[in-house]
Amino acid sequence: MTDDSPILDIREVSLSFRGVRALNRVGFSVGTGALFSIIGPNGAGKTSMLNCISGRYSPSEGQIIFEGKDITRLKTNSRAHIGIGRTFQNLALFNHMSVLDNIMVGRHHLLRNNFLTGAIYWFGGAQREEVSHRREVEQIIDFLEISHIRKAVAGTLPYGPRKRVELARAVALKPKLILLDEPMAGMNLEEKEDMARFIIDLNEEWGMTVVMIEHDIGVVMDISHKVVVLDFGKKIAEGSPLQVIDDPHVRKAYLGEDEEPLPPPAAAAKVASWQ
Amino acid sequence: MAGNASPRCGDFKTSYAADTTIFQTPLSRYATLSGIALMALAPLSFAGFEPVSDYAIALLIQIGYLGVAALGLNILVGFTGQISLGHSAFFGFGAFASAWLNNSFGIPVVIAMPLAGLMTTAVGMVFGIPAARIKGLYLAIATLASQFILQDFFSRADWFTGGTAGALAEPFSLFGWKLGGDREYFYVVLVTVVLLYLAAANLMRSRDGRALVAVRDHYLSAEVMGVNLTKYRILSFGISSFYAGIGGALFAHYLQFVSVEGFDLLLSVQFLGMIIIGGLGSVAGTLMGTAFMVLLPELMGGIIGALQQTDWGNIPAVTQGLAFLKQAAIGLAIVLFLIFEPDGLAHRWQLIKSYWRLYPFSY
Repeated sequence: MTDDSPILDIREVSLSFRGVRALNRVGFSVGTGALFSIIGPNGAGKTSMLNCISGRYSPSEGQIIFEGKDITRLKTNSRAHIGIGRTFQNLALFNHMSVLDNIMVGRHHLLRNNFLTGAIYWFGGAQREEVSHRREVEQIIDFLEISHIRKAVAGTLPYGPRKRVELARAVALKPKLILLDEPMAGMNLEEKEDMARFIIDLNEEWGMTVVMIEHDIGVVMDISHKVVVLDFGKKIAEGSPLQVIDDPHVRKAYLGEDEEPLPPPAAAAKVASWQ
Repeated sequence: MAGNASPRCGDFKTSYAADTTIFQTPLSRYATLSGIALMALAPLSFAGFEPVSDYAIALLIQIGYLGVAALGLNILVGFTGQISLGHSAFFGFGAFASAWLNNSFGIPVVIAMPLAGLMTTAVGMVFGIPAARIKGLYLAIATLASQFILQDFFSRADWFTGGTAGALAEPFSLFGWKLGGDREYFYVVLVTVVLLYLAAANLMRSRDGRALVAVRDHYLSAEVMGVNLTKYRILSFGISSFYAGIGGALFAHYLQFVSVEGFDLLLSVQFLGMIIIGGLGSVAGTLMGTAFMVLLPELMGGIIGALQQTDWGNIPAVTQGLAFLKQAAIGLAIVLFLIFEPDGLAHRWQLIKSYWRLYPFSY
């Protein structure tokens, strides 16, 4: 699936909150069509990285290149237009709207009507547009198997379905790159299996490049093409799942200090020498 | 917030268009249409007999123009989750603007009214600029500034408002046909209310209306979905002021005189009371809340009148207390609604409807 031209190129990105350096010269690139995972212990800077890509934070140094264009300073809402969608770690649905309306908000940048043509619904083409987009939204609803709750108010749903609705809303954006922040957090085994299937389908059949943060190492190892590991804001390893799991720095970050000190991480070089 | 009744069992929609109608059931659509038809019959006299009294017509007109302005506030507060304590100033601006356009430029009232709405929109968007940055209590205080600035403007700008003398407003006329009396003007109000409520209901089921609600519910994810927060926050002020301006213009040409008094903070708070009682985030609820706020003092007046007929009501201590009963009732109503029905009359109405839908089996 992966081809060589990167859709996303992170170049030496740093992010500081006053004294805390959340990200320290992190760089990696995500190939078009890849299923890419970011892992690391709590507080490693994974969500900060995602926030930099989706525009919520603006990196203090470095560049973020999306499809060859520098988007480091691009406004958050403009990133939906160029094809970046995301889900959130803590649910961020529109709680008082129905599931359908939540997903239709995802179509926002694809809809052409404004408040004037909306107000004269039948005459300005708003109804036609609503119906045609509804058709596509229904495909997403079918795919994510949430058709039974499409009329439910989002805030009344249990956790698992809410996560799915959030994914549906991000998919409705028609993103080229979809950022998933812990899509399996708090789910049981069955729900995780469903979610993993959805993510693989999105990647392989819907052709979306996926960047995912996930703590469930089993899932990450099973479905990712490539993994990058962060710890204390620094990249400590990058490579295929198998390479990463054997990396002594990754083991140290997750399991603790070894007796003999390790040489400083040089993730990229190490990966190359093992191949 | 309010609304979202579960669909009726066995009532299946076969097209997406049918699934996005304003009225979820044919019954509610026909009930509303016949309600409008009844309203259209209200001012008529049948062989010299007028079933609806002049006083009732005046009350209905009042509910109409206040309801239009309150709907604007509900779009701002209920749907977009912002706050405004300056709504009555925009209402007043619309009233003066319509009179001014008509008096100074001879623009016919029927055109001056929507133009006044647009002028108020522009003013409202300027005062809405702080909303791009601040929220909640801070925004409330910022909009309080618009209340005071505009009120001061009304009393100083003689060229616009006539100053302390006030402004005269021509009666409404259409194709040389004057609709000066209450019973004729009633139709102007009715048509405006129907059109503007329909427009709001349509707005809320299309792109920009959803974006407004998204900004209210979770502005961070709304932004990630491509919603420009600044644009929609200020747009919401614009739409809200448009409704306030039209409501004000209706008011001006109804009284045919606009005084600088009256567009004060109290009226702004009363508008907030209307939408809280009616239901934040409910188009239909706004009208219910307005009717409630207009009719409650009348009801209290009736009760007080009845009490004064009794011996008990003429004890001096009680007579003095009765004078406060009207105001106290409004305050009490708001408090009781906040405690027992924070979603307002619209939600209560939904509950009643769903109870009767399942009538013999109440669960």
